[in-house]
Amino acid sequence: MGVIGTVLILCLVFVAIFAPLLEPYSYQSQNIEIMNSPPSLTHLLGTDDFGRDVFSRVIRGARISFVVGVLSVLISVVIGVIVGSIAGFYGGVVDIILTTIADLTWSMPAILIALLIVAVTGAGLESVVLAIGLSYWAQYARLIRGQILSLKSAVFIEATRSLGASDFVLLFKHLIPNSLSPVIVAATIGIGNAIVLEATLGFLGMGAQPPTPSWGAMMSNGTAYLFIAPWMIIFPGLAMMITVLGFNLFGDALIDVMDIKNKDSI
Amino acid sequence: MSFLKVKDLQVEFRVDKKMIKPIEGVSFQMQKGEVLGMVGETGSGKSLTAHAIVGLSTLAGGVICGSIEFEGQDLLSLSEKEMQSIRGAQIAFIPQNPMTSLDPVYRVGDQIIEALRQHVKISKREAKLQVIEVMARLNIPNPERVFHQYPHQLSGGLKQRIVIAIGVCTNPKLLVADEPTTALDVTVQAQIMRLFKEMTVERGISLFLITHDLGVIAQVCDKVAVMYAGNMVEFGSIEALFKNPRHPYTKALLDCIPTIGMAKGSLSAIYGSVPSSGVYPSGCRYHPRCPYADEPCRKTMPPLLEVEVDNWVACYKYYGKK
Amino acid sequence: MEKSNHMEKIIEIKNLSVSFAVRGGLLLRKIGTVKAVDDVSFSINKGEILGVVGESGCGKSTLARLILRLIEPTRGSVTFDGIDILKLSKKVLRQQRRHMQMVFQDPYSVMDPRYTIFRSIAEPFQIQNIRLTTEEKRKKVDDLLELVGLSSEHGFSYPHELSGGQKQRADIARMLALTPQFVILDEPTAALDVSVQAQIIKLLEGLRERLDLTLLFISHDLSLVSYFCDRVIVMYLGRIVEIISADLIGKNPHHPYTQALIESIFKAVPGEKSTAAPLEGEVPSPFNLPRGCVFASRCRYAQPICLEQAPDLEESGDGGQVACYFPLNSN
Repeated sequence: MGVIGTVLILCLVFVAIFAPLLEPYSYQSQNIEIMNSPPSLTHLLGTDDFGRDVFSRVIRGARISFVVGVLSVLISVVIGVIVGSIAGFYGGVVDIILTTIADLTWSMPAILIALLIVAVTGAGLESVVLAIGLSYWAQYARLIRGQILSLKSAVFIEATRSLGASDFVLLFKHLIPNSLSPVIVAATIGIGNAIVLEATLGFLGMGAQPPTPSWGAMMSNGTAYLFIAPWMIIFPGLAMMITVLGFNLFGDALIDVMDIKNKDSI
Repeated sequence: MSFLKVKDLQVEFRVDKKMIKPIEGVSFQMQKGEVLGMVGETGSGKSLTAHAIVGLSTLAGGVICGSIEFEGQDLLSLSEKEMQSIRGAQIAFIPQNPMTSLDPVYRVGDQIIEALRQHVKISKREAKLQVIEVMARLNIPNPERVFHQYPHQLSGGLKQRIVIAIGVCTNPKLLVADEPTTALDVTVQAQIMRLFKEMTVERGISLFLITHDLGVIAQVCDKVAVMYAGNMVEFGSIEALFKNPRHPYTKALLDCIPTIGMAKGSLSAIYGSVPSSGVYPSGCRYHPRCPYADEPCRKTMPPLLEVEVDNWVACYKYYGKK
Repeated sequence: MEKSNHMEKIIEIKNLSVSFAVRGGLLLRKIGTVKAVDDVSFSINKGEILGVVGESGCGKSTLARLILRLIEPTRGSVTFDGIDILKLSKKVLRQQRRHMQMVFQDPYSVMDPRYTIFRSIAEPFQIQNIRLTTEEKRKKVDDLLELVGLSSEHGFSYPHELSGGQKQRADIARMLALTPQFVILDEPTAALDVSVQAQIIKLLEGLRERLDLTLLFISHDLSLVSYFCDRVIVMYLGRIVEIISADLIGKNPHHPYTQALIESIFKAVPGEKSTAAPLEGEVPSPFNLPRGCVFASRCRYAQPICLEQAPDLEESGDGGQVACYFPLNSN
């Protein structure tokens, strides 16, 4: 299963990187005469309402999804790890405050948060990345806080403290590195979530602006032509599904791999 | 017909495409009413031997050869169902850690009753009376009250007595105890060992005791089997073994034990370390650490030979000296 | 044993105590206290091996952490070479840690599982801001590994690849990196086989000679403590009940609990078990202890005064101390 996931992700990465070389037509070039034409030999996945090649746009969309997915998760993880580890390590009032903030963020639907942020910063790809990053950090904070809570009374932490180590050393050199595995696994699956959220925002018109072919924007665009040219929705949708599936499978397999690495040999 | 007779016991497991034999060549006999101790360090196979006798699932996936005859019946040839009627009724098992062997959500009295009624057809009321009696005989103070308590409300020593009660409530013939006092304080250990001794003497229960503690063996047992890296290296009466240890490992082991009054600096240690499971040296598994090791020791595993009545050694160097 | 005049005291502990409030009920009101370590006073001489023995709940591990100030006490003082550890600022304390180290009980979890042995042993230098070139670092780590009987190959392994005895040696090497003068060993061999224990004890004997260390050796094993140590402190429920020289402990114990500990030893000599009945009952819960002697509830010689007021530690007549109104074998 994990192999399938890895393969799918590698495909995505490949496509994302080499998009300009792979797309048969520029994603922008319009050709009104052949607008809304079904899949054919010249246009594998058909054309959209501006006569643009759907196939090329789906390929270009991969790049956007990948960048948005990875960057936004990076932002979430960094915020989450810092907040969660400080909360777990120091405990007390600090923990209560930080956990409450995390819980509040967690209980608000990610879409709402993202919409709010985009409303403030304006639509566009940068806003989307920031918005998604700020919506999803709470789960990573929770994960790492839990790990650190249980790890901070471990004997090797006490032993290192008795050598004269400062809190900073204990936290950044020992506690966090040893607590990262569940975070990494969650992040991998989180990339899938981020891509879906981006598509949703794109669908609502909040994401990348035309002519940038985010899969969500393409689908949004295509709803008007649902019965005339369904391929405008189907193919970007399919691409998104396969990508998210790939990340989820990979994440599941990662759980098993990380477990074995951390287990002591019998 | 001897009470318990183990012959050429061997267990083989497949781990990561390799075949390993955590127990090989284990043979010994036990008489009714005896206390037999099995001593060894980590990886010696003593726990596994005990589990094999009781037929526990730790051996699932392993191929067991040899025979374990209990009152003439080969336990290894029995089906799981047949074993279930023996386990708990005739052969009782006392596991190592009382903290984890009791179910935390049931009262302890109920757990003993459950064990009893599995093998004896009596009413719940009758069972409760018997259980209270067993608890009293095990020196559990206020048995009526303790009966209704949950495991977490009891101290370590009390919990272990409850576990023992579960084991003996059916009046088994053989009790197999796997390191029963390792997790307890030393003063409590003394109490529990005295309890075991009373049970064997007064009630005629035979006891097979597994431990790493040679001191306990010396005080509680009649006979002792010494295990090293899955082999039995020596077997004999307490007197013979402690006063005149034959196998080099037994000798070295006795010399490593600190005692009160021992001169400072006189403690000796065994060079090297116990081989890890699956990576055994050729021939005698102890030879890399043995000061007397020779060619035959490196080539083939020495068999257990009876050097005196009911005293066995597996050592080429020893066979010569008599 | 005319030690007192010639011995220099390196550590002095006075009235050291730590108690924890226990809260319960819906409003989490304070419902009682647990006195983990109660009014402990003693001193350690330079070059001495002092043992601390006791069963569960006696506070010996807590005492170790208090001395190194890994836990803050509620009361008392810990003086090392004239400096009161408890009054130092966090920063100075971290530097002070160079001189006082600890070997922990469970060798299976003392090192960061993601660090190689080499990296773990080299870490103390980094923590204490001791700058070394790569060459110097390698040499120091190799020397330390050799000191404890390991090879430089072991440096490349991860903790889970070593045996229990090897891990304990590696831990000792790491602890020695900062050349401490005083080392606390908290049940260093409890998790090890008896033959491996003997190896580690021999290693410690050698190290103590070579490096002129002062040791505080904590264990539940009285035989081991009496063999290895010069003097022994016996603890029960957070208090010291007796301080006695190791040679005398088997022949002339003064406190009934010390005697009970001796009687509960299973000697590896058949037939030599004492016929005295083992101590009854178990260590009571340290929660809200009644007043009076901590051992009174299990003591076969207890009198009314024992239940009234806890006895103080007093001279026992042969160089040690005992806290008992009716000490055994008194002179």
